[in-house]
Amino acid sequence: MSTTAESRESQKASRTRVDNVVVRFAGDSGDGMQLTGTEFTKAAATAGNDIATLPDFPAEIRAPAGSLAGVSGFQVHFASGAAQTPGDEPDVLVAMNPAALRANLADLPEGGILIANIGAFTKPNLKKAGYDENPLENGTVDRYRVYAVDISKLTTAALDETDLSSKEKARCKNFFALGLMFWMYSRDPQREVAHIEAKFASKPRLADANARAFKAGYYYGETAEVFQDVVYEVEPAAFEPGVYRNISGNEALALGLVAAGQLADKPVFYSGYPITPASTLLHSLSGYKHYGVTTFQAEDEIAGVGAAIGAAYGGHIAVTASSGPGIALKAEGVGLAAMTEVPLVIVDVQRGGPSTGLPTKTEQSDLLQVLFGRNGECPLPVLAASTPSDAFDTAIEAVRIAITYVTPVVLLSDGYIANGAEPWRLPDVSSLPAIASSHRRDPEGFQVYQRDPETLARDWVVPGTPGLEHRIGGLEKDALTGNVSYDPLNHERMTHVRSEKVERVAREIGPLAHTGPDEGDVLVVGWGGTYGALRQAAQEMQRRGHRVAHTHLRYMNPLGEELGERLSRFRRVLVPELNMGQLRLLIRARYLVDAIGFNKVQGQPFKVSEVVDAISDLL
Amino acid sequence: MKQPVEKNRKAGGEENGSGKNGAGGPGLKLTKKDFATDQDVRWCPGCGDYAILSTTQKLLADLGVRREDTVFVSGIGCSSRFPYYMNTYGFHSIHGRAPAIATGLKVARPELDVWVITGDGDGLSIGGNHLMHALRRNVDLNIILFNNKIYGLTKGQYSPTSEPGTRAPSTPHGSVDHPANPLSIALGAGATFVARAIDVDAKHLGEVFARAHAHKGTSFVEVLQNCPVFNDDAWAPIVDREHKSVRQLRLAHGQPLRFGKDGELGIRLGAGLAPEVVAVGDGDGEVPPSALLHHDERAPTHYAHLLAELAHPAFPVPLGVLRAEDRPSYEALVGEQVEGAVSARGEDATLHNLLHSGMTWEVGDDGLPR
Repeated sequence: MSTTAESRESQKASRTRVDNVVVRFAGDSGDGMQLTGTEFTKAAATAGNDIATLPDFPAEIRAPAGSLAGVSGFQVHFASGAAQTPGDEPDVLVAMNPAALRANLADLPEGGILIANIGAFTKPNLKKAGYDENPLENGTVDRYRVYAVDISKLTTAALDETDLSSKEKARCKNFFALGLMFWMYSRDPQREVAHIEAKFASKPRLADANARAFKAGYYYGETAEVFQDVVYEVEPAAFEPGVYRNISGNEALALGLVAAGQLADKPVFYSGYPITPASTLLHSLSGYKHYGVTTFQAEDEIAGVGAAIGAAYGGHIAVTASSGPGIALKAEGVGLAAMTEVPLVIVDVQRGGPSTGLPTKTEQSDLLQVLFGRNGECPLPVLAASTPSDAFDTAIEAVRIAITYVTPVVLLSDGYIANGAEPWRLPDVSSLPAIASSHRRDPEGFQVYQRDPETLARDWVVPGTPGLEHRIGGLEKDALTGNVSYDPLNHERMTHVRSEKVERVAREIGPLAHTGPDEGDVLVVGWGGTYGALRQAAQEMQRRGHRVAHTHLRYMNPLGEELGERLSRFRRVLVPELNMGQLRLLIRARYLVDAIGFNKVQGQPFKVSEVVDAISDLL
Repeated sequence: MKQPVEKNRKAGGEENGSGKNGAGGPGLKLTKKDFATDQDVRWCPGCGDYAILSTTQKLLADLGVRREDTVFVSGIGCSSRFPYYMNTYGFHSIHGRAPAIATGLKVARPELDVWVITGDGDGLSIGGNHLMHALRRNVDLNIILFNNKIYGLTKGQYSPTSEPGTRAPSTPHGSVDHPANPLSIALGAGATFVARAIDVDAKHLGEVFARAHAHKGTSFVEVLQNCPVFNDDAWAPIVDREHKSVRQLRLAHGQPLRFGKDGELGIRLGAGLAPEVVAVGDGDGEVPPSALLHHDERAPTHYAHLLAELAHPAFPVPLGVLRAEDRPSYEALVGEQVEGAVSARGEDATLHNLLHSGMTWEVGDDGLPR
């Protein structure tokens, strides 16, 4: 594409420089919007922009074509500064059909760019989207800058010379749209062509067709006059020097778990049952067998935790993951792990609930479930990841706590973190500390529930060790020998010990993640995937001259002492959460602070503007 | 990567226990007593579980296994207290989940000898799913199901194997459920080893357990076990001395299906693939042994299904090994994949390569991508 490269040069003068762009691709769930968005994100990242993404897709794999239920979207925010969230609202909406337009138009601000594939605005499609008449022609879209392009027809025409069926040709239209966006945002098309060829290397026909459609889209932007005045450029963001890659939360979790195995020099055993949005963890980890990782697709969620308990008992780093409904099923098994005190990591990638709820949408409504959703007094350490790349560190931390304290640990993530992506500066591997673990082998003086005086951990003895044969189980045990005990005072003592062991994890918390003044008017306290939105909102308020700070928690249990002191130094405490106020309940109960909630349960992340408004209301 | 040491440690290595518990080293043959713990056994007097425990302890001593390499995993119920009385490693888990926990353990530590102790309620009701999947996967476990046709620990409710009409606290008018057949369920799940024995017939039980222990893959043994408190004599029609010769069919590989005091009765395949009881002999209306069904543990599964469905009173109840088939065990296949990947690509499995896989880019000191 040498001519293109030249023309890119010649175009440079007419490009408009912008700091932030939010693009939303929307189409049928079969239109390849997730792939389009991912490819566009990669191009922005490698060009040096900061990025944040929000894939938003339906629970149905292929809802009826053209229906509102089947609309799949992918929003990417790229910036020359920090992109802490996927953006409150799109600057550009690419609507591949009427349903995509209808489902997303309300989010497009006045004057926003709308690129509509008019080829899909047929009578049947309009009807499926609930339009009586074509919204592109009746004034509905007058408030926007509309670029009506017959992407369907242009794609088919570009593939005239290929031997693809007309259905196969139509499937390439997402690459046409991608090409057009590459033109608009001054991305290097040659790099993408190479990506396409690599991605579809096993299907040369498709590689060729997608590359053709992509180039056709790019050339169309270059050639069509209407697109000459909408060429933008987003300068690279200033990053710390280092090696970067794009990472989604579930990928980062998988890498963190594999890394933890390496750092502890122990094999990793992962068991899970397919469930959205946790499944991709199982997929990722099954590709790391050469790191000694064993994956087990269990027959159900209960077997998922059961097999992990068995592997932990056998001396492996054992992990099971699920989402809300599956975590509910695992509860009894997690209680067994707590009672028998075996190290185990339970990952909950939260989604909208209750029950099946909103499988593909994000929510933070499992906090109380993982804290209290077990029978009996059964506290556990609970950690929450806050961004996709933070999931890597949190995974290592969870494994370290599990092994050090010989206890089950819950790791909370959510659909937003799991599927969202951001650039990740790869850590120097030599900076990652080893995880110490040991298995007792000395029979002399062994008692099953004898404890380390510091951590209160009991010995992690694995079967196969001569002279240490013993029995454990879910019945209450004698505080020393581990024999079954129904003694009332022993039960009380053991209950206290199990609780105290979890409290001692507080020494691992370290300084809280905090931005802003140490005292002031409003402290925003958050946890999990809302990190970017809360941080940006707090920073916005600070820019406006307000004494607003943001503290973001990784340790949900124990909460630790520092938080209590910090809460007391602010006039008001705001706890924004994507639930009905679960952390707020804990903070009020634990610290007797009149924390105020800001709560949203729409299956969508916070917009920065919403949080800014909520903070403003308290000033 | 470095392969963890414990994974590579093979049972029967040099590390013989010399601890105070006297784990069996060379020349220190363990006795049945060495497999008993110091805990008082708390089953009801007369419970069939005592006999099964005793047979198991004796068998392990006779087999010369190491205590440290043996693990008993159980669920919940009377039978599931079993691990507390075995001086080996033991895990008394939660209701129905023992096969899942044992699967994780066996996959993680294939060198261990893992037994699962369950009952008709634990294994076939609340834990039916895990049982089915352990059997289908063929994890190398010895699953012993104590079938007393009643819930004991919860005080006598009818169980999935109870006879229709069972009057129990939850069924004062008699149960209406059709009972489950443990052997048919195991066979239907694709079990590679299926057997049945009687709690108090120690010799035969020991032989069956020995076969189960030797089998590579999941061994499933149903033990007809008496609950003297809530379902006394439930198996009496089959196990009672006076009738047992005509109500029990002792299976022997390669031998004709014969029973009766002097083998005077037999089973042959009649019209419509229906088994029928015939008199064996040369006389009028009698059938020569050669015309009887001959037991074949490796025959196609429909034969084992036929055996499993033979029930009192129309037929004698088959005892012994119904089916024993060679099929690779699950943990071996899983281990092969992992070890294959490690030997093929383990050299490259560094932390650095882990993080630097996929598309990366470098940002220079000026903060811009290179």
